[in-house]
Amino acid sequence: MQFMLLFSRQGKLRLQKWYVPLSDKEKKKITRELVQTVLARKPKMCSFLEWRDLKIVYKRYASLYFCCATEGQDNELITLEIIHRYVELLDKYFGSVCELDIIFNFEKAYFILDEFLLGGEAQETSKKNVLKAIEQADLLQERVNSVVPVHGPTSTSLSL
Amino acid sequence: MPAPIRLRELIRTIRTARTQAEEREMIQKECAAIRSSFREEDNTYRCRNVAKLLYMHMLGYPAHFGQLECLKLIASQKFTDKRIGYLGAMLLLDERQDVHLLMTNCIKNDLNHSTQYVQGLALCTLGCMGSSEMCRDLAGEVEKLLKTSNSYLRKKAALCAVHVIRKVPELMEMFLPATKNLLSEKNHGVLHTSVVLLTEMCERSPDMLAHFRKLVPQLVRILKNLIMSGYSPEHDVSGISDPFLQVRILRLLRILGKNDDDSSEAMNDILAQVATNTETSKNVGNAILYETVLTIMDIKSESGLRVLAINILGRFLLNNDKNIRYVALTSLLKTVQTDHNAVQRHRSTIVDCLKDLDVSIKRRAMELSFALVNGNNIRGMMKELLYFLDSCDPEFKADCASGVFLAAEKYAPSKRWHIDTIMRVLTTAGSYVRDDSVPNLIQLITNSVEMHAYTVQRLYKALLDDISQQPLVQVASWCIGEYGDLLVSGQCEEEEPIQVTEDEVLDVLEGLLVSNLSTPVTRGYSLTAIMKLSTRFSSVNRIKKVVSIYGSSIDVELQQRAVEYNALFKKYDHMRSALLERMPIMEKTASNGPTEIVQTNGETDPSVVETKHPPPVTQSTNQATDLLDLLGGNDMVPVIQTSVPTKPASAGGELLDLLGDLSLSGGPAPTPAPSVPTSQPPFLLDGLSSQPLFNDIAAAGIPPMTAYNKNGLKIDFTFERANPNPNIAVITINASNSTEADMTDFVFQAAVPKTFQLQLLSPSSNVVPALNQGTVTQVIRVLNPQKQQLRMRIKLTYTHRASSIQDLAEVNNFPPQSWQ
Repeated sequence: MQFMLLFSRQGKLRLQKWYVPLSDKEKKKITRELVQTVLARKPKMCSFLEWRDLKIVYKRYASLYFCCATEGQDNELITLEIIHRYVELLDKYFGSVCELDIIFNFEKAYFILDEFLLGGEAQETSKKNVLKAIEQADLLQERVNSVVPVHGPTSTSLSL
Repeated sequence: MPAPIRLRELIRTIRTARTQAEEREMIQKECAAIRSSFREEDNTYRCRNVAKLLYMHMLGYPAHFGQLECLKLIASQKFTDKRIGYLGAMLLLDERQDVHLLMTNCIKNDLNHSTQYVQGLALCTLGCMGSSEMCRDLAGEVEKLLKTSNSYLRKKAALCAVHVIRKVPELMEMFLPATKNLLSEKNHGVLHTSVVLLTEMCERSPDMLAHFRKLVPQLVRILKNLIMSGYSPEHDVSGISDPFLQVRILRLLRILGKNDDDSSEAMNDILAQVATNTETSKNVGNAILYETVLTIMDIKSESGLRVLAINILGRFLLNNDKNIRYVALTSLLKTVQTDHNAVQRHRSTIVDCLKDLDVSIKRRAMELSFALVNGNNIRGMMKELLYFLDSCDPEFKADCASGVFLAAEKYAPSKRWHIDTIMRVLTTAGSYVRDDSVPNLIQLITNSVEMHAYTVQRLYKALLDDISQQPLVQVASWCIGEYGDLLVSGQCEEEEPIQVTEDEVLDVLEGLLVSNLSTPVTRGYSLTAIMKLSTRFSSVNRIKKVVSIYGSSIDVELQQRAVEYNALFKKYDHMRSALLERMPIMEKTASNGPTEIVQTNGETDPSVVETKHPPPVTQSTNQATDLLDLLGGNDMVPVIQTSVPTKPASAGGELLDLLGDLSLSGGPAPTPAPSVPTSQPPFLLDGLSSQPLFNDIAAAGIPPMTAYNKNGLKIDFTFERANPNPNIAVITINASNSTEADMTDFVFQAAVPKTFQLQLLSPSSNVVPALNQGTVTQVIRVLNPQKQQLRMRIKLTYTHRASSIQDLAEVNNFPPQSWQ
């Protein structure tokens, strides 16, 4: 996979994960063009389209489009499953996930994605294991492991 | 100093903004606060500030001032800091900035951290965006972690290694020892990522491939266990156990079994088992079947297995899920060359897909349909394809029309059928027909001697109905000019001859001259046609009058022709009948190089092949100097363009303009392209006409490539070896334009190093239509006797949105097969 984009039906970007090195300008251009292309698709059309020299696999879940750019040899149907698995993970983590969850907790959405995919490929095929790892990492985040700031809040955790 | 506002608070606030300006104001205010906080080196809230910055970055605002802060976070001891820091690094940094190298040391330390989640963060970041330098420095650490017994880290290290290998292929060797017992892991995460790593190594190195072939039995065993084992809740997806792993194993097996009999043999059984036992009610089962089919088709499988695979694809075609239909059509397109008969069995289903609502499915079905046309099914298929042509979207019409012409040419059961088919295309999709079809059709008509009367009659009738479709009008004008005598004499055998007088015919032709719908090219055709009728009709005076009127036309081309024809009437009247004689049969085969046209005042020697005449020398040397200017260096030899663009307006003033109309090409067959057929250059070495329409480039062995992609202009090269001379590579360029405005006056020039010779043939047109509605194609022939690496410099000039654009580019990414 070269990149994954999540965007709303109005074309607002909610998550962008790039697995290829591109300048900010190029990323913005690609995002703009691709979002336009996908949003123009009618509901009866299939989930795949050819765009530049990539195969784009996209699926809409409620108000969010999940869009992946894959290369020549990649199996489009299994990419759909990858997207579905990511949605399931988000759903399990947030409990009936909706777009607002991803907006307000975007960093967590990234963390979950990074436990599921690495370098564009799936690193863990067990839903349970991904969620367990996230859980453990979240716990680690809660624990105090350095000096409590002098002027800061008195609670033990310094949340974002 | 009050604590900076929390992330969620900021998000909430920003979302209340009602206008873009309001949002921008809020963001600027917050960015200022964050900036001063960074300046104060505040450790406590750095994490929060960077997180906020990342949110604002996602909205599209600049966040580069946070880059160094991310590094500081990564270096911190707190896990929260590291988490946000690495996330920020992956979002804000990339290998173009030197800053990213500062991460290397931190990552190195974190790769050896005592907490596995910290190690995980480091591996993830390195595997996602590590540059070549970083990969070189840290490969050793990754290799170490690849051998750890901690499966959480091992699986990440495997994918990180994949990234390292992609960035620095020379380092692949160092990971070899660690791969030894990767497949004996029980953990599915490690198995999956190991298979990905092995796949990457095998794809890059034939030696690795040979080395890993011995893993085939083990892979087969793992796959078997997945299928046979009972329900495993951890990896189950709709009743299938770990489909992701199954698909990856199948893909690796495909690579290992290709061209190897023993390996293919070893996997035959398991492939058959997967193919027959996989549940197909959900997408996940079909994903596995799809991969299985791809593998079966690529390895040396036994014929029974291949038939099974094609039948699976046939079933896919009937599936309600359009995604499944799409992949089926794609796969069938790949296999239609090798397993033609098997695919033929599904022809009717494929033809039904022409009526699908989805654009991608329609396109694939069209391509596949053309590939399946043969002598037996031509009539039925053509009926369906013509029906499709009538009703399809404009973006398909050009390709479909060209496809129909080609198929008709190859398999036409009778001349009359052929002409009827052409007529049908011209009348229904006439404006979408490619410019180069006109000369091909004219040649075809000329050669169908017994059909001349029928053809001209039908064309005349079509003109009476509609004069808006230029290719139709051009062909019709030409025919009327040639065979007008047959038309008025009412000699048609094939159908009821119509009664038409000379004056009526001349009315029609003159109508074309004055009509707003006619392009300059069309006007040229009709003026010439009128002139030709002067030897076939008796109303010579009328013709003389028309011709003399246009002697003062504003259009230079028409003026020139009219003046010359006038001269013909006045001074050379004795030659007129010889000059305007009926055209001889044109040879289909062409000779080795540009042939000399016997310059007998415009008529060619019948035995000589009609080819384009070389342009005046001045034109080519001008181009040569242009290229030399742009090249600067001495090692490039400029290309001599041996033929002028298709527009008949040539610079020469001779009566050879008569031939200029025809823009003749010796052979009507196209060079193979993935989806767009183009016309064959006139200088075929083997003289053979058609090649398979949608030749699978993989079958030809040379992958196509994108040579240039900038500002909406994309130029793709597709390759083909010219038979029988293997030193000549035939490159077809396809220029497409994804912007919203057309690119006009498009000129493509190329130059190659001295050891090569290059021949650039005429382009299909000089307008690249907007929004990818069509392409300009042009054929380049490169002679490479020394088999050196092909390099090319290209110069593009065009007019876009009223401004003149020029660009130079180097094309160095030619696939090795194109010059070896």
